[in-house]
Amino acid sequence: MTITVNGAAVSLPNDPRVSLLDLLREDLHLPGTKKGCNQGACGACTVLVDGERILSCLALAVQFEGRSVTTIEGLGMPGALHPLQAAFVEHDGFQCGYCTPGQICSAIGMAEEIRRGVPSHVTSDLSSETIALSRDELRERMSGNLCRCGAHNGIIDAIAETFAPKTALAEAAE
Amino acid sequence: MSILKDAKDLLQGAVQGAMGKAVAIAPDSWMPGGEPDPLIAMRHGHVGRPHSRIDGPLKVSGSAPFAAEFPMEGMAYASLVFSPIAKGRILEIDTTSAEAAPGVLAVMTYVNAPRISPPPVFLSGAKAAGGDDLPVMQEDVVRWNGEPVAVVLAETQEQADHARSLVHIVYEARRALIDFAEAKAAGSRTAVFMGEPLHLEIGDADKALADAPVRIDSSYSTPRHNHNAIELHAVTAAWEGDTLRIHDASQLVAHTAWSIAQMFGIDEKQVVITSPFVGGGFGGKCLWQHQVLASMAAKLAGRPVRLVLSREGVYRIVGGRSPTEQRVALGADREGRLKALVHSGTTAKTASNMMAEPFIVATKSAYASETFKLDVRAVELDMLANTFMRAPGEAVGTFALESAMDELAEALGIDPIELRMRNEPEKDPTSGLPFSSRNVTEAWRAGAQRFGWDRRDLVPRMVRDGEWLVGMGCATGTYPYYRMPGGAARITITSGGHATVDIAAHEMGMGTATAQTQVAADRLGLAMDEVTFRYGDSTLPGVVLAGGSQQTASIGAAVSAAHGALVKELLKIAGNDSPLAGLKPDEVASRDGGLCKRDEPERHETYVSILGRARQASVSVEAEAPMPLETQHWSMHSHAAMFCEVRVNTVTGEPRVSRFLGSFDCGRILNPKTATSQFRGGIIMGLGLALMEETQFDERKGRVMNPSLSEYHVPVHMDVPEIDVIWTDIPDPHTPMGARGIGEIGITGTAAAVANAIYNATGRRVRDLPITLDKLL
Amino acid sequence: MTPFRYSRATDVADAIRQSGDCNTRYLGGGTNLVDLMRETVERPEALVDVSGLSRDIEELPDGGLLIGAGVRNTALAEHRSVRTRYPALSRAILAGASAQIRNMATVGGNLLQRTRCAYFYDDDGSRCNKRLPGQGCDALEGFNRNHAILGASPSCVAVHPSDMAVALAALDGVVHLHGARGERSFPVADLHRLPGDRPDVDTLLEPGELITAIELPPLPFAARSTYRKVRDRSSYAFALVSVAALLDVEDGRIRDVRIALGGVAHKPWRAFKAEEVLRGGPPRAAAFTAAADAELADAKPLAGNGFKIELARRTIAAVLGELAGETA
Ligand SMILES: Cc1cc2nc3c(=O)[nH]c(=O)nc-3n(C[C@H](O)[C@H](O)[C@H](O)COP(=O)(O)OP(=O)(O)OC[C@H]3O[C@@H](n4cnc5c(N)ncnc54)[C@H](O)[C@@H]3O)c2cc1C
Ligand code: FES
Ligand code: FES
Repeated sequence: MTITVNGAAVSLPNDPRVSLLDLLREDLHLPGTKKGCNQGACGACTVLVDGERILSCLALAVQFEGRSVTTIEGLGMPGALHPLQAAFVEHDGFQCGYCTPGQICSAIGMAEEIRRGVPSHVTSDLSSETIALSRDELRERMSGNLCRCGAHNGIIDAIAETFAPKTALAEAAE
Repeated sequence: MSILKDAKDLLQGAVQGAMGKAVAIAPDSWMPGGEPDPLIAMRHGHVGRPHSRIDGPLKVSGSAPFAAEFPMEGMAYASLVFSPIAKGRILEIDTTSAEAAPGVLAVMTYVNAPRISPPPVFLSGAKAAGGDDLPVMQEDVVRWNGEPVAVVLAETQEQADHARSLVHIVYEARRALIDFAEAKAAGSRTAVFMGEPLHLEIGDADKALADAPVRIDSSYSTPRHNHNAIELHAVTAAWEGDTLRIHDASQLVAHTAWSIAQMFGIDEKQVVITSPFVGGGFGGKCLWQHQVLASMAAKLAGRPVRLVLSREGVYRIVGGRSPTEQRVALGADREGRLKALVHSGTTAKTASNMMAEPFIVATKSAYASETFKLDVRAVELDMLANTFMRAPGEAVGTFALESAMDELAEALGIDPIELRMRNEPEKDPTSGLPFSSRNVTEAWRAGAQRFGWDRRDLVPRMVRDGEWLVGMGCATGTYPYYRMPGGAARITITSGGHATVDIAAHEMGMGTATAQTQVAADRLGLAMDEVTFRYGDSTLPGVVLAGGSQQTASIGAAVSAAHGALVKELLKIAGNDSPLAGLKPDEVASRDGGLCKRDEPERHETYVSILGRARQASVSVEAEAPMPLETQHWSMHSHAAMFCEVRVNTVTGEPRVSRFLGSFDCGRILNPKTATSQFRGGIIMGLGLALMEETQFDERKGRVMNPSLSEYHVPVHMDVPEIDVIWTDIPDPHTPMGARGIGEIGITGTAAAVANAIYNATGRRVRDLPITLDKLL
Repeated sequence: MTPFRYSRATDVADAIRQSGDCNTRYLGGGTNLVDLMRETVERPEALVDVSGLSRDIEELPDGGLLIGAGVRNTALAEHRSVRTRYPALSRAILAGASAQIRNMATVGGNLLQRTRCAYFYDDDGSRCNKRLPGQGCDALEGFNRNHAILGASPSCVAVHPSDMAVALAALDGVVHLHGARGERSFPVADLHRLPGDRPDVDTLLEPGELITAIELPPLPFAARSTYRKVRDRSSYAFALVSVAALLDVEDGRIRDVRIALGGVAHKPWRAFKAEEVLRGGPPRAAAFTAAADAELADAKPLAGNGFKIELARRTIAAVLGELAGETA
């Protein structure tokens, strides 16, 4: 019984109560993924599973056998940051930095959803194949990640700069 | 000088009157800040540049370690049991099944807990840090609903959390006083804040109010709030011999070390608190029971202990902001000049803390009224101690005062900005002290222009966009300059020319590490990467609170003092072969990696050269900041002109903020990038305060019923528009670096600006926070 | 969390076999169950993971859709047929929770998620008849701003929190169940119970019964459907009131209509009375308000939620107005 974390296969916990979040933080010593509520209410624990963003605090690790998890540690490290991580630094998309890994993983998952054409609550035309990448779209789609320091503007700026030019949707909106 | 001897007492409020007057009338030059900080004149250094955070790469890669992320050998996990009653006694505790559960190492209750003293409560002494002064798990008495009554230790968190549910406790409940209205009926007392009674009368305000040709008289209320930093309170604690090491999330490491040492009866040097990163504080990351319980449990079990509070746990044992009920009555002549300013009301605290929400403090220096009557009364409830939360007093006080100003403007038919200008005081209207620097008019002018205030309709309910009514509102935000005693710093320069600044300060996201590195680099004449700023460790010098927006000033004054000592020491070791020979310390400045004569910069020698000649590997000096007498000599305040555009749905009543601008006058801005974030962060918390935040306290049982981030609403991305921030950047000549704190002012005035915009949009005045849609239907 | 056994079901039959003992729960995305287990509100001894079963959305020959219970909320909301033919369902799902939760949550789990009543959640310190029958209800006189105005009982005033279920109720969705005694199905609108004196029983499901699929009948006029959710913040908040509606207007007459309300009752509330008032009448504002009034005539406010009656009234009228405008 294994799960892949940032490319390495690791064994699943014996205790099925262990959440994916606690597996990462306590057993694998990957504390980059944060615990802000353990209630599914803040998004700090967001990780990517097979490229899709989920909340690791509400995920039992055993449910993810055979799946591939990417955490913030798997995206980039100082000296070799992911472009979105670098954009967060540039746009001051954080203050305390605690919600930040979750925001970044969430945004990467979001970019893929947009590419796929997944609509959101603020998408006016559901039948459209492409999503116009407005600030409202980004704000709605990132609303599952709370930030108490109030770095919201910088976060959206960093995401817009990193992804907006690349999505087919933004081009379509032009 | 007796002034200095008594200053400590004065600042703690123990001595009033004569002493305060002596400081007030003393010459400027005797005061700290009497001579402007030389850094103010330096215009091309690192200060003022938008440096990205130096800890940014660590934070965005998840490699900045927070309190719960320090692994320790043999660490046990803790889980807490909370009392479900507000007051009473524990009759029986049965821990047998919990102890028998797999992995359980110990169950600690008052029966077997190590004996310790109660915490020294914050404000009771220079280094006191306790949220309250109640004994921690020492007796069978229960004093609030949510008080920890047992700690379960186990090999894993899952085991501890499960065993927690197996602890059986029988309580005897007593009647508790938890209902605000009932407590008020039973009688309140004049509240005290930082040693001063929250009561002030100038002239006969009641009579002036009665005689005023125009008046408004309104009641406002604000609910309980919680800080809700996203990082859960967490601690990893271990006894290493006689030394207690605690990885904490703290905004006061030195205070915490001293206070915990008092409780355990050990020397303060035996308690080491480190807190390199704090996942948000806002007043909430101070000393509460979790650090103490983890330390006790670590002692009991003989193992290191990690205690991460659940989100519910944070609500149960970390205090928040208290509710207030306020009255503001304003009397004015027909031109709008204030004749009477009455601001009074009641808040709740406990018998075990020294903190009453001081909602009148901003009112004291806001407007030039002829008469004043300011009064805060407090009732004491059987609840978790309330505490400081971002801009205690100002955040909720300005909601009432600035809503009332809007109501008065309406009554007078005057533009609300104009009304404020007409009441702009020349000197502090209640203390009579001169302002150190007050440019609120400039902030209003710049803000109004940028926001397009002239497009606002004076008459409410005039602008409609489909289903939405649109309105604009404004309000003044304000926060005082504080600097607390106890600041001290150490500067070490190596023979390689690298400087390290050590101070027991904190980085909770304010950008302290970055901005203070900029400041230190300028002060020392070094490049940013030649300076290391070390903080977040109680073994470093200084007693610095990251609170009251005073940390910047406190560090600034301490580092400035240490720099003075450094210059002295370097001149001493430079000797007679140095180009600096014969110069006195005050003739010398730091520049280009060394020292020079102030008015003759070519007379210069580098640190490397000085130390090299002296064959010294390094030089290290430590100094204390002078007592903060400047706050008694000048009236020192920051201001902000807040502008809000709001949309209210005519079908559902949903209020949404569509635009916001804060125009600030906060002295010199050290780092525009991080400062912008600080301002916005405060404003966003203010939007939460205005529209959605409320800790639901069930007055039947004294229990918080929304201890969760899904039920306690803080703003999400979708609630936050782009927030425009501008500032005057006029240095305050009497503060270190010319700066005043910027961490709290953003939350002040914001709620009133929102409420005033909602009035402008809908014609409906809501005086009761939060302004949820049901109040607008 | 109480210790439990975990196993993964290989197929429906396997799941039902494994659930033999009644203190077993099926596990979907876990976004509600894991939370409640942590709060010790739920204490199952075993979890049977069904999140890998029934993950397809099938186009039925009659023009309907068969949605597997294991389909993730996001997958359902983004499905082309749902977006174009049943937009109210897409909208309802997208109005709920957050993207991360929607990526995890299953259709079955979403339908069976439990109330968010604070007293229900507070196993350590509050009374709740839904958690412990006979204990009493602390919400009746406590914080009940979010609670029911329709169909409540003196023993429970909780509301069902799902957005998706409200749209399914309006769209005449049918839930397919599989249990030890075989298969059965009934309308989504009948799945959840009113509390009566057994608020601990949320639905008509028998112990061990598994939701295998939801069927959406062909409803051509569902292409003109929508969902409106009213809440305290702009996103990531449960509904105070929500309305799902479909409107079929022909020749200036309402030929057919479906309305369901969320946030007002112990179940997704199908507004049959309002539909009745509207059918055959003109699609006018006055008719919409009259229909809303008819539905809300029996509404009973608690101390904290009286505003919901007016809010529901206005929201129903506005949603119908919007649909009428669209069809005009
Ligand atoms: C912070 C937060 C905010 C939220 N906001 C919203 C919101 O705004 N709107 C909204 O609608 N929802 C909201 N939700 C709830 C969310 O939608 C549900 O948690 C989710 O839909 C449940 O699906 P799941 O698959 O994770 O269910 P699980 O948690 O796995 O299961 C839930 C229940 O269903 C049972 N079950 C699961 N599958 C089956 C099956 N096939 N047959 C029989 N029984 C089954 C389980 O035994 C359990 O009792 C929110 C949740 C959180 C944490
Ligand atoms: S920790 Fe997972 S959502 Fe908050
Ligand atoms: S940066 Fe502190 S919570 Fe977002």
